Amino acid sequence: MDLALKDLGEYITGQLPDDVTGATVSLDELMVSAKVEGIARVLAFLRDDVNCRFKQLVDVCGVDYPERVPRFEVVYNLLSLINNNRVRVMVVTDEDTPVPTVTGVFSSANWWEREAWDLFGISFSGHPDLRRILTDYGFDGHPLRKDFPLTGYVEIRYDDEKKRVVYEPVKLTQEFRGFDFLSPWEGLQAVLPGDEKAEGAEDENADGAAAEGDS
Amino acid sequence: MGVETTSGSAKPVPTGPEQDALLKHITGELHDKGFVVANIDKLVNWTRTGSLWPMTFGLACCAVEMIHAYMPRYDLDRFGVVPRPSPRQSDVIIVAGTLTNKMAPAFRKIYDQMAEPRYVISMGSCANGGGYYHYSYSVVRGCDRVVPVDVYVPGCPPTAEALLYGILQLKKKINRTGVLWR
Repeated sequence: MDLALKDLGEYITGQLPDDVTGATVSLDELMVSAKVEGIARVLAFLRDDVNCRFKQLVDVCGVDYPERVPRFEVVYNLLSLINNNRVRVMVVTDEDTPVPTVTGVFSSANWWEREAWDLFGISFSGHPDLRRILTDYGFDGHPLRKDFPLTGYVEIRYDDEKKRVVYEPVKLTQEFRGFDFLSPWEGLQAVLPGDEKAEGAEDENADGAAAEGDS
Repeated sequence: MGVETTSGSAKPVPTGPEQDALLKHITGELHDKGFVVANIDKLVNWTRTGSLWPMTFGLACCAVEMIHAYMPRYDLDRFGVVPRPSPRQSDVIIVAGTLTNKMAPAFRKIYDQMAEPRYVISMGSCANGGGYYHYSYSVVRGCDRVVPVDVYVPGCPPTAEALLYGILQLKKKINRTGVLWR
């Protein structure tokens, strides 16, 4: 299985030397890195080639790595029912570089690209209808970016005088709570105050129980 | 019972100071006792509690529990609670689930379309105060920011039983505080 995937990866890189930059197999999954400008060609090849036949585009998603220089990655997951195989194609991009749309190759990519645009602000050139899909009408920002504040910028309430729902800057009555995750059950090495007494008491109890058992 | 005429005859009292005095006496008695008005209040409240038709407004997983409450085990039909697909026919709206910013104007519009008297049951943590999504950028921190709420049902999600209890509490509230005009 592993070898077959590796062969397939080598086959793909060999067939598309200009568009594919590399193929790796990890955890029994084939990952292909592609150049942004050639993504539509790569997907069309994977769909049509006799050895690939990845007829289904299962998912398109964005990933944000704030520490990397081209910060975004667009991931295309493909499925071949004929060969019982999956492949993951990845391209890197940033806020300003548009990714060519793949709606011409897989029409199912339409809404996923809209979603990636909505949540990450990754733009897709040539998309037939690139507008927000999930967030509120007139929403500001791209919420799945790592630098987007959790609570956003606006909150809403009904204004009784204006007789409509109005948007206002966020005011939190309770500050966001941070958790240290050092629970007494895991990770905490130090002895909690009072614990040593509990252990001592346990020993005494054990002794007492033994004494009772004897009598 | 009934209003007794003071003259003792079946003849109508002719207009004049005598009739005025009689009418004034009867109205005064009604005002003093408030007998008739109070009983209409009670009757109206009783009829209102007997057929609380909720607007179907399931937003998330709470809606499943709401559906359970309608199903045979708890069977809200017994209480005259029948889900309606239109706000024009509903008396109460059960906000079952997470109210998002995008949904809030639509929710308010539906509430505005309901005829008076109208009541709101907020079901579950999310509708009560944002719940799990309290700090989210896209969720209303409690549906009482958008509409006035009569009964809050806590839980995540509340059981069908809890919702049933909430509806019974609302009935109690209507019986206790209900007036002809809200």
